[in-house]
Amino acid sequence: MSEVKKIATRESYGNALVELGREHTDLVVLDADLAGATKTEIFKKAFPERFLDCGIAEANMAGIAAGLSTCGKVPFMSSFAMFAAGRAYEQVRNAIGYPHLNVKIGATHAGISVGEDGATHQCLEDLALMREIPGMVVINPSDDIEAKAAVKAAYEHVGPVYLRFGRLAIPVFNDNEDYKFEIGKGIVLKEGKDVTIFATGLEVSETLAAEKMLAADGIDAEIINIHTIKPIDAELVAASAAKTGKVVTVEEHSIIGGLGSAVCEVLCEKAPAKVLRIGVNDTFGESGPAPELIAKYGLDAESIYKKVKAFVKEN
Amino acid sequence: MTNAELEKKANEVRQSIVTALHSAKSGHPGGSLSAADIMTYLYFEEMNVDPKNPKMADRDRFVLSKGHVAPALYSVLAHKGYFPVEDLVTLRHTGSYLQGHPDMKHIPGVDMSAGSLGQGLSCAVGMAQAGKMDDKDYQVYAMCGDGEIQEGQIWEAAMWAGAHHLDNLTVIVDNNNLQIDGTVEEVCSPYPIDKKFEAFNFHVININGNDMEEIRNAFAEAKKVKGMPVAIIAKTTKGKGVSFMENQVGWHGKAPNDEQYEQAMEELKKAGEALCQK
Repeated sequence: MSEVKKIATRESYGNALVELGREHTDLVVLDADLAGATKTEIFKKAFPERFLDCGIAEANMAGIAAGLSTCGKVPFMSSFAMFAAGRAYEQVRNAIGYPHLNVKIGATHAGISVGEDGATHQCLEDLALMREIPGMVVINPSDDIEAKAAVKAAYEHVGPVYLRFGRLAIPVFNDNEDYKFEIGKGIVLKEGKDVTIFATGLEVSETLAAEKMLAADGIDAEIINIHTIKPIDAELVAASAAKTGKVVTVEEHSIIGGLGSAVCEVLCEKAPAKVLRIGVNDTFGESGPAPELIAKYGLDAESIYKKVKAFVKEN
Repeated sequence: MTNAELEKKANEVRQSIVTALHSAKSGHPGGSLSAADIMTYLYFEEMNVDPKNPKMADRDRFVLSKGHVAPALYSVLAHKGYFPVEDLVTLRHTGSYLQGHPDMKHIPGVDMSAGSLGQGLSCAVGMAQAGKMDDKDYQVYAMCGDGEIQEGQIWEAAMWAGAHHLDNLTVIVDNNNLQIDGTVEEVCSPYPIDKKFEAFNFHVININGNDMEEIRNAFAEAKKVKGMPVAIIAKTTKGKGVSFMENQVGWHGKAPNDEQYEQAMEELKKAGEALCQK
Protein backbone atom coordinates (compact mmCIF):
# COMPACT_ATOMS: atom_id res chain seq x y z
CA MET A 1 0.00 0.00 0.00
CA SER A 2 2.94 2.32 0.58
CA GLU A 3 3.25 3.08 -3.16
CA VAL A 4 -0.39 4.29 -3.34
CA LYS A 5 -0.53 8.02 -3.99
CA LYS A 6 -2.38 9.87 -1.24
CA ILE A 7 -3.75 13.39 -1.39
CA ALA A 8 -6.18 15.21 0.93
CA THR A 9 -9.24 16.45 -0.95
CA ARG A 10 -8.75 19.91 0.59
CA GLU A 11 -5.53 20.08 -1.49
CA SER A 12 -7.57 19.12 -4.53
CA TYR A 13 -9.97 21.97 -3.70
CA GLY A 14 -7.22 24.58 -3.56
CA ASN A 15 -5.59 23.31 -6.74
CA ALA A 16 -8.87 23.11 -8.66
CA LEU A 17 -9.73 26.68 -7.64
CA VAL A 18 -6.48 27.92 -9.18
CA GLU A 19 -7.12 26.01 -12.40
CA LEU A 20 -10.65 27.39 -12.61
CA GLY A 21 -9.51 30.85 -11.61
CA ARG A 22 -7.22 31.00 -14.63
CA GLU A 23 -10.14 30.42 -16.98
CA HIS A 24 -12.84 32.34 -15.17
CA THR A 25 -12.29 35.86 -13.91
CA ASP A 26 -15.69 35.91 -12.17
CA LEU A 27 -14.53 33.28 -9.67
CA VAL A 28 -13.92 34.74 -6.21
CA VAL A 29 -12.70 32.82 -3.18
CA LEU A 30 -13.64 33.71 0.39
CA ASP A 31 -12.17 32.27 3.54
CA ALA A 32 -12.57 32.87 7.25
CA ASP A 33 -8.99 32.91 8.53
CA LEU A 34 -8.31 29.29 7.62
CA ALA A 35 -6.72 29.68 4.18
CA GLY A 36 -3.69 27.66 5.18
CA ALA A 37 -5.83 24.75 6.32
CA THR A 38 -8.56 24.88 3.67
CA LYS A 39 -5.83 25.28 1.02
CA THR A 40 -7.43 28.36 -0.47
CA GLU A 41 -4.06 30.01 0.16
CA ILE A 42 -2.98 28.39 -3.10
CA PHE A 43 -5.63 30.53 -4.82
CA LYS A 44 -4.73 33.54 -2.72
CA LYS A 45 -1.15 33.37 -3.95
CA ALA A 46 -2.22 33.05 -7.58
CA PHE A 47 -5.04 35.60 -7.56
CA PRO A 48 -4.74 37.86 -4.50
CA GLU A 49 -7.16 40.41 -5.98
CA ARG A 50 -9.91 37.79 -6.09
CA PHE A 51 -9.35 36.39 -2.61
CA LEU A 52 -11.32 37.84 0.29
CA ASP A 53 -10.40 36.94 3.82
CA CYS A 54 -13.49 37.56 5.90
CA GLY A 55 -11.77 37.00 9.22
CA ILE A 56 -13.26 34.75 11.86
CA ALA A 57 -16.84 35.57 10.91
CA GLU A 58 -18.45 32.80 8.92
CA ALA A 59 -21.99 34.19 9.07
CA ASN A 60 -20.81 37.43 7.51
CA MET A 61 -18.80 35.48 4.94
CA ALA A 62 -21.95 33.67 3.79
CA GLY A 63 -23.75 37.00 3.41
CA ILE A 64 -20.86 38.61 1.54
CA ALA A 65 -20.79 35.60 -0.79
CA ALA A 66 -24.51 36.00 -1.39
CA GLY A 67 -24.12 39.71 -2.16
CA LEU A 68 -21.19 39.07 -4.51
CA SER A 69 -23.19 36.48 -6.41
CA THR A 70 -26.03 38.92 -7.06
CA CYS A 71 -23.46 41.10 -8.83
CA GLY A 72 -22.30 38.33 -11.16
CA LYS A 73 -19.44 36.83 -9.17
CA VAL A 74 -19.15 33.09 -8.57
CA PRO A 75 -18.02 32.95 -4.95
CA PHE A 76 -16.52 29.88 -3.31
CA MET A 77 -16.83 30.41 0.45
CA SER A 78 -14.47 28.24 2.40
CA SER A 79 -14.12 27.09 5.95
CA PHE A 80 -14.22 23.92 8.01
CA ALA A 81 -17.47 21.97 7.57
CA MET A 82 -18.31 22.69 11.20
CA PHE A 83 -18.37 26.43 10.55
CA ALA A 84 -19.50 26.59 6.92
CA ALA A 85 -22.47 24.27 7.39
CA GLY A 86 -22.83 24.52 11.15
CA ARG A 87 -22.06 28.04 12.34
CA ALA A 88 -23.37 29.69 9.17
CA TYR A 89 -26.29 27.30 8.68
CA GLU A 90 -29.04 29.87 8.82
CA GLN A 91 -27.16 32.32 6.62
CA VAL A 92 -26.58 29.56 4.07
CA ARG A 93 -30.26 28.66 4.25
CA ASN A 94 -31.77 32.15 4.13
CA ALA A 95 -29.25 34.29 2.26
CA ILE A 96 -28.01 31.67 -0.23
CA GLY A 97 -30.51 28.80 -0.39
CA TYR A 98 -33.79 30.71 -0.30
CA PRO A 99 -32.89 33.08 -3.16
CA HIS A 100 -31.11 30.15 -4.89
CA LEU A 101 -27.93 32.16 -5.38
CA ASN A 102 -24.92 30.94 -7.30
CA VAL A 103 -22.69 30.44 -4.27
CA LYS A 104 -20.41 27.43 -3.76
CA ILE A 105 -19.52 26.28 -0.28
CA GLY A 106 -16.15 24.57 0.01
CA ALA A 107 -16.21 22.82 3.37
CA THR A 108 -13.00 21.15 4.45
CA HIS A 109 -12.08 19.18 7.59
CA ALA A 110 -15.33 17.24 7.55
CA GLY A 111 -15.82 14.12 9.66
CA ILE A 112 -13.80 12.52 12.43
CA SER A 113 -10.73 12.36 10.19
CA VAL A 114 -10.09 15.92 11.38
CA GLY A 115 -8.24 13.93 14.05
CA GLU A 116 -6.54 15.54 17.01
CA ASP A 117 -8.69 18.71 17.20
CA GLY A 118 -11.50 16.53 18.48
CA ALA A 119 -15.28 16.68 18.62
CA THR A 120 -15.80 20.46 18.43
CA HIS A 121 -14.19 20.49 14.99
CA GLN A 122 -15.37 17.12 13.67
CA CYS A 123 -18.55 17.86 11.75
CA LEU A 124 -20.67 14.74 11.39
CA GLU A 125 -23.91 16.54 10.62
CA ASP A 126 -23.15 18.69 7.58
CA LEU A 127 -24.60 16.37 4.95
CA ALA A 128 -27.87 16.28 6.89
CA LEU A 129 -27.97 20.07 7.31
CA MET A 130 -27.16 20.87 3.70
CA ARG A 131 -29.35 18.13 2.23
CA GLU A 132 -32.39 19.74 3.86
CA ILE A 133 -31.98 23.06 2.05
CA PRO A 134 -34.18 23.17 -1.07
CA GLY A 135 -32.16 23.44 -4.27
CA MET A 136 -28.80 22.75 -2.60
CA VAL A 137 -26.54 20.27 -4.41
CA VAL A 138 -24.43 18.25 -1.96
CA ILE A 139 -21.23 16.57 -3.14
CA ASN A 140 -18.82 14.42 -1.11
CA PRO A 141 -15.90 13.42 -3.35
CA SER A 142 -13.88 10.29 -2.74
CA ASP A 143 -10.38 11.22 -3.90
CA ASP A 144 -8.23 13.89 -5.50
CA ILE A 145 -9.43 13.29 -9.05
CA GLU A 146 -13.07 13.29 -8.11
CA ALA A 147 -12.68 16.32 -5.86
CA LYS A 148 -11.13 18.40 -8.64
CA ALA A 149 -13.82 17.28 -11.07
CA ALA A 150 -16.48 18.16 -8.48
CA VAL A 151 -15.13 21.68 -8.01
CA LYS A 152 -15.28 22.23 -11.77
CA ALA A 153 -18.78 20.79 -12.00
CA ALA A 154 -19.86 23.00 -9.10
CA TYR A 155 -18.59 26.06 -10.96
CA GLU A 156 -20.51 25.08 -14.10
CA HIS A 157 -23.71 24.37 -12.15
CA VAL A 158 -25.88 27.45 -11.67
CA GLY A 159 -27.12 27.48 -8.08
CA PRO A 160 -25.82 26.70 -4.62
CA VAL A 161 -23.50 23.73 -4.17
CA TYR A 162 -22.04 22.27 -0.97
CA LEU A 163 -18.68 20.53 -1.44
CA ARG A 164 -17.33 18.33 1.36
CA PHE A 165 -13.59 17.82 1.67
CA GLY A 166 -11.30 16.13 4.16
CA ARG A 167 -8.13 16.97 6.02
CA LEU A 168 -6.58 13.50 5.79
CA ALA A 169 -4.52 12.40 2.79
CA ILE A 170 -6.42 9.54 1.16
CA PRO A 171 -5.68 7.14 -1.72
CA VAL A 172 -6.13 8.31 -5.30
CA PHE A 173 -8.01 5.55 -7.11
CA ASN A 174 -10.12 7.24 -9.79
CA ASP A 175 -7.10 7.60 -12.07
CA ASN A 176 -8.55 5.49 -14.87
CA GLU A 177 -9.03 6.93 -18.35
CA ASP A 178 -12.78 6.54 -18.53
CA TYR A 179 -13.45 8.32 -15.22
CA LYS A 180 -16.29 10.78 -15.68
CA PHE A 181 -17.90 13.02 -13.08
CA GLU A 182 -21.50 14.03 -13.45
CA ILE A 183 -23.50 15.70 -10.67
CA GLY A 184 -26.17 13.31 -9.43
CA LYS A 185 -24.73 10.18 -11.04
CA GLY A 186 -23.34 7.38 -8.92
CA ILE A 187 -20.42 5.33 -10.20
CA VAL A 188 -20.44 1.52 -10.18
CA LEU A 189 -16.88 0.60 -9.23
CA LYS A 190 -17.49 -3.15 -9.17
CA GLU A 191 -20.52 -5.18 -10.12
CA GLY A 192 -21.67 -7.92 -7.76
CA LYS A 193 -24.70 -9.98 -6.84
CA ASP A 194 -24.69 -10.70 -3.10
CA VAL A 195 -24.86 -7.22 -1.58
CA THR A 196 -24.64 -3.59 -2.69
CA ILE A 197 -22.36 -1.27 -0.79
CA PHE A 198 -22.97 2.44 -1.37
CA ALA A 199 -20.04 4.46 -0.10
CA THR A 200 -19.17 8.14 -0.14
CA GLY A 201 -16.14 10.35 0.47
CA LEU A 202 -13.06 8.78 2.00
CA GLU A 203 -15.09 5.67 2.81
CA VAL A 204 -15.08 4.69 -0.87
CA SER A 205 -11.43 3.62 -0.78
CA GLU A 206 -11.95 1.89 2.57
CA THR A 207 -14.90 0.03 1.04
CA LEU A 208 -12.87 -0.98 -1.99
CA ALA A 209 -10.27 -2.48 0.37
CA ALA A 210 -13.03 -4.23 2.31
CA GLU A 211 -14.40 -5.65 -0.95
CA LYS A 212 -11.18 -7.61 -1.54
CA MET A 213 -11.54 -9.27 1.87
CA LEU A 214 -15.19 -10.06 1.17
CA ALA A 215 -14.28 -11.56 -2.22
CA ALA A 216 -11.74 -13.80 -0.51
CA ASP A 217 -14.63 -15.12 1.59
CA GLY A 218 -16.72 -15.70 -1.51
CA ILE A 219 -18.98 -12.69 -1.09
CA ASP A 220 -19.60 -10.92 -4.38
CA ALA A 221 -20.29 -7.29 -3.45
CA GLU A 222 -21.41 -4.52 -5.77
CA ILE A 223 -19.56 -1.33 -4.92
CA ILE A 224 -21.07 2.01 -5.83
CA ASN A 225 -19.53 5.42 -5.25
CA ILE A 226 -22.21 7.97 -4.40
CA HIS A 227 -20.34 11.26 -4.68
CA THR A 228 -23.52 13.32 -4.98
CA ILE A 229 -25.62 12.97 -1.86
CA LYS A 230 -28.20 15.35 -3.32
CA PRO A 231 -29.69 14.92 -5.81
CA ILE A 232 -29.06 11.25 -5.14
CA ASP A 233 -28.94 8.82 -8.06
CA ALA A 234 -32.27 7.23 -7.14
CA GLU A 235 -32.44 5.15 -10.28
CA LEU A 236 -29.08 3.50 -9.68
CA VAL A 237 -29.73 3.04 -5.96
CA ALA A 238 -33.07 1.33 -6.58
CA ALA A 239 -31.82 -0.80 -9.46
CA SER A 240 -28.83 -2.14 -7.57
CA ALA A 241 -30.87 -2.82 -4.43
CA ALA A 242 -33.46 -4.68 -6.51
CA LYS A 243 -30.66 -6.77 -7.99
CA THR A 244 -28.80 -7.76 -4.80
CA GLY A 245 -31.61 -7.41 -2.25
CA LYS A 246 -29.17 -6.33 0.46
CA VAL A 247 -27.79 -2.85 0.95
CA VAL A 248 -25.01 -1.33 3.03
CA THR A 249 -24.17 2.38 3.21
CA VAL A 250 -20.80 3.66 4.38
CA GLU A 251 -20.03 7.27 5.26
CA GLU A 252 -17.83 9.30 7.55
CA HIS A 253 -20.87 11.14 8.88
CA SER A 254 -23.64 10.49 11.34
CA ILE A 255 -25.84 7.59 10.29
CA ILE A 256 -28.67 10.10 10.77
CA GLY A 257 -29.35 12.35 7.83
CA GLY A 258 -26.51 11.59 5.45
CA LEU A 259 -25.93 8.95 2.78
CA GLY A 260 -27.58 6.18 4.79
CA SER A 261 -30.74 8.20 5.23
CA ALA A 262 -30.77 9.33 1.62
CA VAL A 263 -30.46 5.74 0.39
CA CYS A 264 -33.16 4.53 2.79
CA GLU A 265 -35.49 7.29 1.59
CA VAL A 266 -35.11 6.06 -1.97
CA LEU A 267 -35.41 2.38 -1.11
CA CYS A 268 -38.46 2.57 1.13
CA GLU A 269 -40.37 4.13 -1.75
CA LYS A 270 -38.90 2.41 -4.78
CA ALA A 271 -37.21 -0.88 -3.87
CA PRO A 272 -37.55 -1.97 -0.24
CA ALA A 273 -34.48 -3.85 0.96
CA LYS A 274 -32.73 -4.62 4.20
CA VAL A 275 -30.20 -1.84 4.87
CA LEU A 276 -27.16 -1.71 7.14
CA ARG A 277 -25.98 1.85 7.74
CA ILE A 278 -22.30 2.17 8.60
CA GLY A 279 -21.32 5.60 9.90
CA VAL A 280 -20.90 7.40 13.17
CA ASN A 281 -23.61 6.11 15.47
CA ASP A 282 -25.28 9.19 16.93
CA THR A 283 -22.27 10.19 18.96
CA PHE A 284 -19.62 12.93 18.99
CA GLY A 285 -16.06 12.22 17.92
CA GLU A 286 -12.89 12.66 19.99
CA SER A 287 -9.22 13.55 19.71
CA GLY A 288 -6.72 11.19 18.16
CA PRO A 289 -4.79 10.50 14.96
CA ALA A 290 -7.25 10.19 12.06
CA PRO A 291 -6.48 6.58 11.05
CA GLU A 292 -6.90 5.45 14.67
CA LEU A 293 -10.26 7.22 14.93
CA ILE A 294 -11.46 5.79 11.63
CA ALA A 295 -10.69 2.32 13.00
CA LYS A 296 -12.10 3.05 16.45
CA TYR A 297 -15.40 4.27 15.01
CA GLY A 298 -15.66 1.20 12.79
CA LEU A 299 -15.09 2.98 9.51
CA ASP A 300 -11.88 1.27 8.31
CA ALA A 301 -11.76 -1.49 5.71
CA GLU A 302 -11.42 -4.23 8.33
CA SER A 303 -14.52 -3.05 10.25
CA ILE A 304 -16.53 -2.63 7.06
CA TYR A 305 -15.54 -6.15 5.97
CA LYS A 306 -16.64 -7.68 9.28
CA LYS A 307 -19.93 -5.80 9.43
CA VAL A 308 -20.86 -6.55 5.84
CA LYS A 309 -19.93 -10.22 6.20
CA ALA A 310 -22.14 -10.60 9.28
CA PHE A 311 -24.95 -8.69 7.58
CA VAL A 312 -24.84 -10.88 4.47
CA LYS A 313 -24.78 -14.06 6.59
CA GLU A 314 -27.70 -12.95 8.77
CA ASN A 315 -29.92 -12.00 5.86
CA MET B 1 -38.36 66.13 -7.00
CA THR B 2 -38.83 68.90 -4.47
CA ASN B 3 -39.08 68.08 -0.79
CA ALA B 4 -42.81 68.86 -0.93
CA GLU B 5 -43.28 66.44 -3.83
CA LEU B 6 -41.33 63.78 -1.98
CA GLU B 7 -43.42 64.32 1.15
CA LYS B 8 -46.56 63.89 -0.96
CA LYS B 9 -45.13 60.71 -2.44
CA ALA B 10 -44.24 59.40 1.01
CA ASN B 11 -47.81 60.11 2.09
CA GLU B 12 -49.11 57.98 -0.82
CA VAL B 13 -46.65 55.28 0.16
CA ARG B 14 -47.97 55.36 3.74
CA GLN B 15 -51.54 54.97 2.50
CA SER B 16 -50.44 51.95 0.47
CA ILE B 17 -48.64 50.47 3.47
CA VAL B 18 -51.73 50.70 5.65
CA THR B 19 -53.95 49.37 2.86
CA ALA B 20 -51.67 46.40 2.20
CA LEU B 21 -51.39 45.52 5.89
CA HIS B 22 -55.15 45.82 6.40
CA SER B 23 -55.67 43.40 3.53
CA ALA B 24 -52.98 41.04 4.80
CA LYS B 25 -54.47 41.02 8.32
CA SER B 26 -50.92 40.71 9.66
CA GLY B 27 -47.54 42.36 9.25
CA HIS B 28 -45.50 45.26 10.56
CA PRO B 29 -46.94 48.79 10.31
CA GLY B 30 -44.81 50.58 12.93
CA GLY B 31 -41.42 50.15 11.29
CA SER B 32 -42.86 50.41 7.78
CA LEU B 33 -44.24 53.86 8.57
CA SER B 34 -41.10 55.03 10.36
CA ALA B 35 -38.93 54.08 7.38
CA ALA B 36 -41.27 55.30 4.62
CA ASP B 37 -39.69 58.74 4.15
CA ILE B 38 -36.16 57.44 3.72
CA MET B 39 -37.17 54.68 1.31
CA THR B 40 -39.27 57.13 -0.70
CA TYR B 41 -36.33 59.50 -0.93
CA LEU B 42 -33.96 56.74 -2.00
CA TYR B 43 -36.11 55.38 -4.83
CA PHE B 44 -37.60 58.66 -6.06
CA GLU B 45 -34.62 60.92 -5.72
CA GLU B 46 -31.33 59.27 -4.88
CA MET B 47 -30.91 55.89 -6.51
CA ASN B 48 -29.95 55.20 -10.10
CA VAL B 49 -32.60 52.57 -10.88
CA ASP B 50 -34.99 51.79 -13.71
CA PRO B 51 -38.30 50.12 -12.91
CA LYS B 52 -38.51 48.94 -16.52
CA ASN B 53 -35.16 47.21 -16.14
CA PRO B 54 -35.00 46.04 -12.51
CA LYS B 55 -31.82 44.02 -13.07
CA MET B 56 -29.92 46.83 -14.81
CA ALA B 57 -26.27 45.89 -14.39
CA ASP B 58 -24.82 49.00 -12.83
CA ARG B 59 -27.86 50.16 -10.89
CA ASP B 60 -27.65 51.30 -7.31
CA ARG B 61 -28.75 48.60 -4.87
CA PHE B 62 -30.92 48.60 -1.79
CA VAL B 63 -31.01 45.85 0.82
CA LEU B 64 -33.82 45.95 3.35
CA SER B 65 -32.01 44.18 6.16
CA LYS B 66 -34.95 44.85 8.47
CA GLY B 67 -37.02 42.81 6.06
CA HIS B 68 -40.19 42.75 8.13
CA VAL B 69 -40.97 46.26 6.92
CA ALA B 70 -41.46 44.83 3.45
CA PRO B 71 -44.78 46.72 3.06
CA ALA B 72 -42.80 49.98 2.92
CA LEU B 73 -40.43 48.63 0.28
CA TYR B 74 -43.22 47.09 -1.79
CA SER B 75 -45.27 50.28 -1.64
CA VAL B 76 -42.31 52.37 -2.78
CA LEU B 77 -41.50 49.91 -5.58
CA ALA B 78 -45.12 49.82 -6.73
CA HIS B 79 -45.42 53.61 -6.79
CA LYS B 80 -42.13 53.78 -8.64
CA GLY B 81 -43.60 51.51 -11.31
CA TYR B 82 -41.97 48.12 -10.71
CA PHE B 83 -45.36 46.41 -10.40
CA PRO B 84 -49.02 47.49 -10.13
CA VAL B 85 -50.04 49.39 -6.99
CA GLU B 86 -53.25 47.33 -7.06
CA ASP B 87 -51.22 44.19 -6.33
CA LEU B 88 -50.24 45.51 -2.89
CA VAL B 89 -53.49 44.19 -1.38
CA THR B 90 -52.28 40.65 -2.16
CA LEU B 91 -49.50 41.10 0.42
CA ARG B 92 -49.03 37.92 2.47
CA HIS B 93 -51.86 36.16 0.64
CA THR B 94 -51.33 32.55 -0.44
CA GLY B 95 -50.04 32.49 -4.00
CA SER B 96 -49.10 36.18 -4.12
CA TYR B 97 -45.59 37.14 -5.14
CA LEU B 98 -45.62 39.73 -2.35
CA GLN B 99 -44.15 37.58 0.39
CA GLY B 100 -44.16 38.58 4.06
CA HIS B 101 -40.47 39.36 3.79
CA PRO B 102 -38.58 40.53 0.67
CA ASP B 103 -38.13 37.81 -1.95
CA MET B 104 -35.72 38.73 -4.74
CA LYS B 105 -36.66 35.72 -6.82
CA HIS B 106 -40.23 36.80 -7.41
CA ILE B 107 -40.54 40.53 -6.73
CA PRO B 108 -39.30 42.98 -9.37
CA GLY B 109 -36.94 45.53 -7.84
CA VAL B 110 -36.03 43.57 -4.73
CA ASP B 111 -32.23 43.34 -4.80
CA MET B 112 -31.85 40.86 -1.93
CA SER B 113 -34.09 38.46 -0.07
CA ALA B 114 -33.98 39.33 3.61
CA GLY B 115 -35.96 39.20 6.78
CA SER B 116 -34.06 36.97 9.13
CA LEU B 117 -32.57 39.86 11.08
CA GLY B 118 -28.90 40.65 10.97
CA GLN B 119 -28.17 39.13 7.58
CA GLY B 120 -28.94 41.78 5.00
CA LEU B 121 -26.05 44.09 5.82
CA SER B 122 -23.54 41.33 5.01
CA CYS B 123 -25.17 40.89 1.60
CA ALA B 124 -24.97 44.63 0.98
CA VAL B 125 -21.29 44.48 1.91
CA GLY B 126 -20.82 41.74 -0.70
CA MET B 127 -22.52 43.92 -3.33
CA ALA B 128 -20.34 46.89 -2.43
CA GLN B 129 -17.24 44.71 -2.57
CA ALA B 130 -18.22 43.44 -6.02
CA GLY B 131 -18.56 47.05 -7.16
CA LYS B 132 -15.05 47.81 -5.93
CA MET B 133 -13.59 44.71 -7.60
CA ASP B 134 -15.19 45.62 -10.92
CA ASP B 135 -14.40 49.31 -10.61
CA LYS B 136 -18.08 50.26 -10.85
CA ASP B 137 -19.47 53.42 -9.35
CA TYR B 138 -22.84 52.13 -8.18
CA GLN B 139 -23.90 52.78 -4.59
CA VAL B 140 -25.24 50.20 -2.16
CA TYR B 141 -27.74 51.15 0.55
CA ALA B 142 -28.78 48.92 3.42
CA MET B 143 -31.44 49.69 5.98
CA CYS B 144 -31.22 48.12 9.43
CA GLY B 145 -33.48 48.40 12.44
CA ASP B 146 -32.24 49.70 15.77
CA GLY B 147 -33.40 46.43 17.33
CA GLU B 148 -31.82 44.48 14.50
CA ILE B 149 -28.36 45.77 15.31
CA GLN B 150 -28.47 43.63 18.45
CA GLU B 151 -27.59 40.79 16.06
CA GLY B 152 -23.84 40.11 16.16
CA GLN B 153 -23.61 39.57 12.42
CA ILE B 154 -24.34 43.28 11.87
CA TRP B 155 -21.07 44.08 13.58
CA GLU B 156 -19.18 41.40 11.68
CA ALA B 157 -20.40 43.09 8.51
CA ALA B 158 -19.67 46.59 9.83
CA MET B 159 -16.15 45.57 10.86
CA TRP B 160 -15.42 44.19 7.41
CA ALA B 161 -16.91 47.17 5.57
CA GLY B 162 -14.91 49.60 7.70
CA ALA B 163 -11.72 47.60 7.37
CA HIS B 164 -12.12 47.47 3.58
CA HIS B 165 -12.98 51.16 3.17
CA LEU B 166 -16.22 50.46 1.30
CA ASP B 167 -17.17 54.06 0.59
CA ASN B 168 -19.83 52.88 -1.87
CA LEU B 169 -21.86 51.52 1.06
CA THR B 170 -24.33 53.50 3.13
CA VAL B 171 -26.06 51.91 6.10
CA ILE B 172 -29.22 53.53 7.40
CA VAL B 173 -30.30 52.67 10.94
CA ASP B 174 -34.02 53.28 11.35
CA ASN B 175 -33.82 54.40 14.96
CA ASN B 176 -37.50 54.37 15.98
CA ASN B 177 -36.53 53.22 19.46
CA LEU B 178 -39.02 50.36 19.71
CA GLN B 179 -38.80 46.61 19.20
CA ILE B 180 -41.24 43.78 19.90
CA ASP B 181 -40.61 43.46 23.63
CA GLY B 182 -40.40 47.17 24.42
CA THR B 183 -38.08 50.13 23.91
CA VAL B 184 -34.64 49.21 22.65
CA GLU B 185 -33.18 50.41 25.97
CA GLU B 186 -35.48 48.16 27.96
CA VAL B 187 -34.64 45.12 25.86
CA CYS B 188 -30.91 45.55 25.24
CA SER B 189 -29.71 49.06 24.56
CA PRO B 190 -27.80 49.51 21.31
CA TYR B 191 -26.88 53.09 22.29
CA PRO B 192 -24.73 54.95 21.48
CA ILE B 193 -25.33 53.77 17.92
CA ASP B 194 -23.34 56.55 16.27
CA LYS B 195 -20.25 55.96 18.39
CA LYS B 196 -20.40 52.22 17.68
CA PHE B 197 -20.35 52.78 13.92
CA GLU B 198 -17.61 55.38 14.33
CA ALA B 199 -15.57 52.79 16.19
CA PHE B 200 -16.06 50.45 13.23
CA ASN B 201 -14.52 53.10 10.95
CA PHE B 202 -17.72 54.53 9.49
CA HIS B 203 -18.45 58.15 8.68
CA VAL B 204 -21.55 58.80 10.78
CA ILE B 205 -24.40 61.22 10.12
CA ASN B 206 -27.19 61.76 12.66
CA ILE B 207 -30.51 62.99 11.28
CA ASN B 208 -34.24 63.17 11.81
CA GLY B 209 -35.29 60.37 9.47
CA ASN B 210 -38.77 61.75 8.98
CA ASP B 211 -37.54 65.12 7.65
CA MET B 212 -37.04 65.24 3.89
CA GLU B 213 -34.55 68.09 4.00
CA GLU B 214 -32.36 66.31 6.55
CA ILE B 215 -32.64 63.07 4.57
CA ARG B 216 -31.59 64.87 1.38
CA ASN B 217 -28.61 66.51 3.04
CA ALA B 218 -27.50 63.25 4.64
CA PHE B 219 -27.42 61.29 1.38
CA ALA B 220 -25.67 64.18 -0.38
CA GLU B 221 -23.02 64.13 2.35
CA ALA B 222 -22.78 60.34 2.22
CA LYS B 223 -21.98 60.38 -1.47
CA LYS B 224 -19.07 62.74 -0.94
CA VAL B 225 -17.37 60.61 1.70
CA LYS B 226 -14.27 58.84 0.43
CA GLY B 227 -12.35 55.98 1.98
CA MET B 228 -14.93 54.81 4.48
CA PRO B 229 -18.50 53.53 4.56
CA VAL B 230 -21.27 55.77 5.86
CA ALA B 231 -23.83 55.15 8.59
CA ILE B 232 -26.88 57.39 8.72
CA ILE B 233 -28.46 57.13 12.14
CA ALA B 234 -32.02 58.21 11.46
CA LYS B 235 -34.14 59.13 14.47
CA THR B 236 -37.66 58.27 13.43
CA THR B 237 -41.11 57.91 14.89
CA LYS B 238 -42.46 54.40 14.87
CA GLY B 239 -45.89 54.37 13.23
CA LYS B 240 -45.26 57.86 11.77
CA GLY B 241 -48.32 59.44 10.21
CA VAL B 242 -51.03 57.44 11.98
CA SER B 243 -51.75 59.07 15.34
CA PHE B 244 -52.77 55.97 17.25
CA MET B 245 -49.80 53.97 15.97
CA GLU B 246 -47.12 56.55 16.71
CA ASN B 247 -44.62 55.46 19.37
CA GLN B 248 -46.80 52.50 20.34
CA VAL B 249 -44.86 49.28 20.80
CA GLY B 250 -48.05 47.31 20.25
CA TRP B 251 -48.09 48.44 16.60
CA HIS B 252 -44.81 46.73 15.78
CA GLY B 253 -46.39 43.65 14.35
CA LYS B 254 -50.15 43.78 13.98
CA ALA B 255 -52.50 44.87 11.23
CA PRO B 256 -55.28 47.44 11.62
CA ASN B 257 -58.85 46.15 11.79
CA ASP B 258 -61.53 47.68 9.57
CA GLU B 259 -62.29 50.54 11.93
CA GLN B 260 -58.65 51.32 12.58
CA TYR B 261 -57.98 51.15 8.86
CA GLU B 262 -60.68 53.72 8.13
CA GLN B 263 -59.31 56.06 10.77
CA ALA B 264 -55.71 55.65 9.60
CA MET B 265 -56.64 56.31 5.98
CA GLU B 266 -58.68 59.35 6.91
CA GLU B 267 -55.72 60.81 8.78
CA LEU B 268 -53.30 60.05 5.98
CA LYS B 269 -55.60 61.43 3.30
CA LYS B 270 -56.07 64.62 5.28
CA ALA B 271 -52.32 64.94 5.67
CA GLY B 272 -51.95 64.32 1.94
CA GLU B 273 -54.43 67.05 1.10
CA ALA B 274 -52.61 69.45 3.39
CA LEU B 275 -49.36 68.62 1.57
CA CYS B 276 -51.03 69.43 -1.75
CA GLN B 277 -51.79 72.92 -0.54
CA LYS B 278 -48.23 73.47 0.62
